[in-house]
Amino acid sequence: MQITVTVNGQPHSVDVAPNRLLVDLLREDLKLTGTHLGCDTSQCGACMVLLNGDAVKSCTLLAVQLDGASVTTIEGLADGETLSPVQEAFRDAHGLQCGFCTPGMVISITDLLAKNPHPSEDEIRHWLEGNICRCTGYQNIVKAAQLAATKQAASA
Amino acid sequence: MYDFDYAKPQSLQEAQDLVGEDKKLLAGGQTYLPTLRQRLAMPEMLIDLNAIDVLKGICEADARVSIGAMTRHAEVAASALVQKMVPGLATLAGGIGDPAVRHRGTLGGSLANNDPSACYPAAALALNATIHTSKRSLEANDFFQGLFTTALDEDEIISHVTFPAAPCAYMKFKQPASGFALAGVFVCRLEGSFRLAVTGAGQDGVFRWSQAEDALNADASFRDFKALELEPDMIEDMHADADYRRNLVQVATQRVVQALAQL
Repeated sequence: MQITVTVNGQPHSVDVAPNRLLVDLLREDLKLTGTHLGCDTSQCGACMVLLNGDAVKSCTLLAVQLDGASVTTIEGLADGETLSPVQEAFRDAHGLQCGFCTPGMVISITDLLAKNPHPSEDEIRHWLEGNICRCTGYQNIVKAAQLAATKQAASA
Repeated sequence: MYDFDYAKPQSLQEAQDLVGEDKKLLAGGQTYLPTLRQRLAMPEMLIDLNAIDVLKGICEADARVSIGAMTRHAEVAASALVQKMVPGLATLAGGIGDPAVRHRGTLGGSLANNDPSACYPAAALALNATIHTSKRSLEANDFFQGLFTTALDEDEIISHVTFPAAPCAYMKFKQPASGFALAGVFVCRLEGSFRLAVTGAGQDGVFRWSQAEDALNADASFRDFKALELEPDMIEDMHADADYRRNLVQVATQRVVQALAQL
């Protein structure tokens, strides 16, 4: 089926089978491999992208459902060489180890800070219930979210 | 995933004309798409309800809150109207799954699926919500009919659900990975009487705990729920055995009744 979907501001017209998942459209067809496919069972959150501004799991959406929609992936957050505040905070707070879950974490926290610019630690931890990390114990991820919130407040 | 055809109707009538045996409805997809991926279902066609605007939104109607079947959990949780009129329902919606699930998952999808560990059935049953479909209106009392089973016909579509305004509260002990209830209890005071529904625990799905309701209706300060009989057979799985689940139901009931008293 022919669909038109805007990914990171770029419109794409693609022919997809009804059973094609959004994550496969992004990774296989559009070669945007920053979005990771982790658990493949809707639990780990590595595949999160922003759909019309909301974090969603791209392994649990059909590509064909996205006709007319706007998607932002991890590749769409930086402005050229300039990292987004959340990306920068992950680097500065060492919010990653192996990095596999990181695209989903960054997308998820980007969504959180857009809706709640000053989250408490508790709110950050609850928000990340859909993002699983097997390395860090979450400590520095939470710190990165707090640092990003502080930076965003300072630059606003 | 098996191959299937896909349709995205723009109106309820169009969806109604398509739906039938092997032509299944797709709401938020947070349960159904994983089900398809595990090849536990093989529909010939998926009928995506996401473009039908009349199925979305929240409004007040005759002292009740009316919620469209395709309204997302995140929207129910954030609704000032729901928070004011049916506070326990807002709490419940805000605790389903995780934020990404709440951005897609819908009220109608959850009720139609009637997962024994889903949260929404507990609120619908305790409040005796009215489930409006493309054919008729059903009371929640008659809607839930056991594990993954409802009164819905194969070609029937939920359009919206109305909940009475009532003091109410919800709490669950959740399975940490999925967020599903290991035991969840919704309690409300409806026209002066306590009604209490339990999810996540009963082998036949959501149920009302009548002994607890009777005890509360006799004495609103009753709290000794461990002394009461809990009849239904409890779910036993890798997360919790029957005795443990029974205990969780009793503790959740104590806490949620206390929370209601403090509203």
